[in-house]
Amino acid sequence: MSLWVDAYRPRTLNDLQYHKDLSARLKSLASSGDFPHMLFYGPSGAGKKTRITATLLELFGNGVDKLKIDQRVFLTPSKRKVEVNIVQSNYHIEITPSEAGNYDRVIIQELIKEIAQTQQVDLNAKQRFKVVIINEADSLSRDAQAALRRTMEKYMSNLRIILCANSTSRLIAPIRSRCLLIRVPAPSKSEMQDVMQYVSRRAGFDLPPDVSDKIIADCDGNMRKCILVLEALKMQSPDLTGDVTIAKPDWELYCNKVGDMIIAEQTPARVMDVRAKLYELLSHCIPPTVILKTIAERIVSRVDEAIKPQIMHWAALYEVRMRNGTKKIFHLEAWVIKVMSIYKHHFYGMDLTELMEDF
Amino acid sequence: MSFFDKRTSKTASNAKHVVDPALQPWVEKYRPQTIDDISAQEHTVAVLQKTLTSTNLPHMLFYGPPGTGKTSTVLALSKQLFGPDNFRNRVLELNASDERGISIVREKVKNFARQTPRAQAVSEDGKVYPCPPYKIIILDEADSMTQDAQGALRRIMENYAHITRFCLVCNYVTRIIEPLASRCSKFRFTPLDPHSATDRLNHIATAERVAVTPEVIDALIKSSGGDLRRAITYLQSASRLSSSTQPPTPITARDIQEIAGTVPDQVLHGFAHVIGVDVPGFQNEPPPKSPFDAIQKKVKELSREGYSATQLLNQLHDLVVLHPTLNGKQKSQCGLVFAEADKALCDGADEELWTLEVALQVHKAVV
Repeated sequence: MSLWVDAYRPRTLNDLQYHKDLSARLKSLASSGDFPHMLFYGPSGAGKKTRITATLLELFGNGVDKLKIDQRVFLTPSKRKVEVNIVQSNYHIEITPSEAGNYDRVIIQELIKEIAQTQQVDLNAKQRFKVVIINEADSLSRDAQAALRRTMEKYMSNLRIILCANSTSRLIAPIRSRCLLIRVPAPSKSEMQDVMQYVSRRAGFDLPPDVSDKIIADCDGNMRKCILVLEALKMQSPDLTGDVTIAKPDWELYCNKVGDMIIAEQTPARVMDVRAKLYELLSHCIPPTVILKTIAERIVSRVDEAIKPQIMHWAALYEVRMRNGTKKIFHLEAWVIKVMSIYKHHFYGMDLTELMEDF
Repeated sequence: MSFFDKRTSKTASNAKHVVDPALQPWVEKYRPQTIDDISAQEHTVAVLQKTLTSTNLPHMLFYGPPGTGKTSTVLALSKQLFGPDNFRNRVLELNASDERGISIVREKVKNFARQTPRAQAVSEDGKVYPCPPYKIIILDEADSMTQDAQGALRRIMENYAHITRFCLVCNYVTRIIEPLASRCSKFRFTPLDPHSATDRLNHIATAERVAVTPEVIDALIKSSGGDLRRAITYLQSASRLSSSTQPPTPITARDIQEIAGTVPDQVLHGFAHVIGVDVPGFQNEPPPKSPFDAIQKKVKELSREGYSATQLLNQLHDLVVLHPTLNGKQKSQCGLVFAEADKALCDGADEELWTLEVALQVHKAVV
């Protein structure tokens, strides 16, 4: 038995429940025969992937859902071996080049050129071209993106590329200008409500509106999370009545606890406690950016209006440093100490901004 | 059968590679065929015209922002010099999608450079081409070549100058090492002026039988910022969208904005209002009670909508810098914030955090 997220995922463009005009657009593009390179972008859980698979189905018919998973080994110029997983059908191929880290350029150059230079052999295929889906395109390195530029123009007759990204900021302009940009916004509250009612109807139970409201408020526009939470709740209390509480993930509670600790006491001893907790979070593979954001949000919701902007300012600054640096814990800790000092200064009514600037 | 079977690639290479013109991107389809076709860049065109008659050509370095016609110019020039039949064996084009480490420069480039140019084949189309006695090596996107690879080129360029000319094409001339740059005559390509861009777009629209209004052309030029390739791609995307619906709908300026990923003015003004910048249409609404919470809520809302942070900041920057009532000090403070945020976003920082940061700082500066 599969999860509801997969079981009730819309398969065709007609089944999609929201962004109807976008679906209509995709449908007409797929049937026009003049299909461009595309770039889908939007927050996670908005339905980018669902729309891409539905578009593929519209393009090629039933063959696209016969998937197989391959592992391929590429050789970098320095003779290192890089392994990548590839999901493919007869008509399309799906890669996540960021798996290969710094060597993603090799994959782009070799794999895409290889596909681009072979023509479709299946004479019954509906389209003459193959589709390459590149996941997490925003984490492609600059080199890899540069390698895509000319390939996209040169092999237009054999190949279409669909990029899937959270944001277009990290894609270089030449790539953006070669694609048709498709923005997939997160669904609105009422749209999410509709989808949840639909899922519960398909699963065979009634969903009380107040429960779904609660779930929606918790999920912040992420449809996938919404349905996962719904399923988890249904498992916990099958009748979904009375007082349902949505269990927050452990790491979120843990982050909130860290936030509370910072506000409660600002001493070197407390910094050590916080440090232990941060290590704990990091060793459980919670991304440092997520940790920082969650703690920051917890803190700003509980402090005085006057210091909120400062806390966010330093959070933003240390976040970028964290990305450039290699040791995440240094920057997390530095930020914690910064916040403590801001808080304390504010608490005792001292204005030590001049001193703090050298910090 | 898998994609990767060797057999299929062989059969494909035997079959002549024919591209259906209907499927070609317009950017390729309407690449200028002769250097007279090139829009704007009068100076460069005038100089290159002379080389057509004199059969003498220096090494060249073309630089300028994307979409100004650098690659088109060099391709058109070599086509005119050699004609279609000699083009294949006289011109080597390498770009960033090919491997271009130092080993390639030493082997492929050097081998091609040292070959004596083959005798001129009789052109099938009956035209007479100048076909001067040298070959051209085009290094496209040369700024993405490594320093070492560029260094290896130095001597090659001099040694084989009598039979080979190099043409380096790049966006940032500063990334080309000085010894290479000094061996070339430099040509700067400027962003297209709106007038010649309009002409070119109109020409393509007529050739493709797409109905465009002046407003659409205006929107195209505005959202592409002097990059003709971008404008043409947007036009093609828009025409695809409009012609694929039944019945075909005319292209509107809003379509172009959506394709270009521009944030609609209404959304932008809503954001500007929350952070305390005066914008038309919002004067009557009172400022929010708790500015921080309002800003945080708005930023969350925007990131849920999926707008890209860079685009949002660019447009906010334009709004603030051209704002009629803010004073110089406020504007320059905002400018600092935008610069910082741009750098951070380039480094891959979290978009939501930095949008919030910019919003808070701008708020602090203008209120």
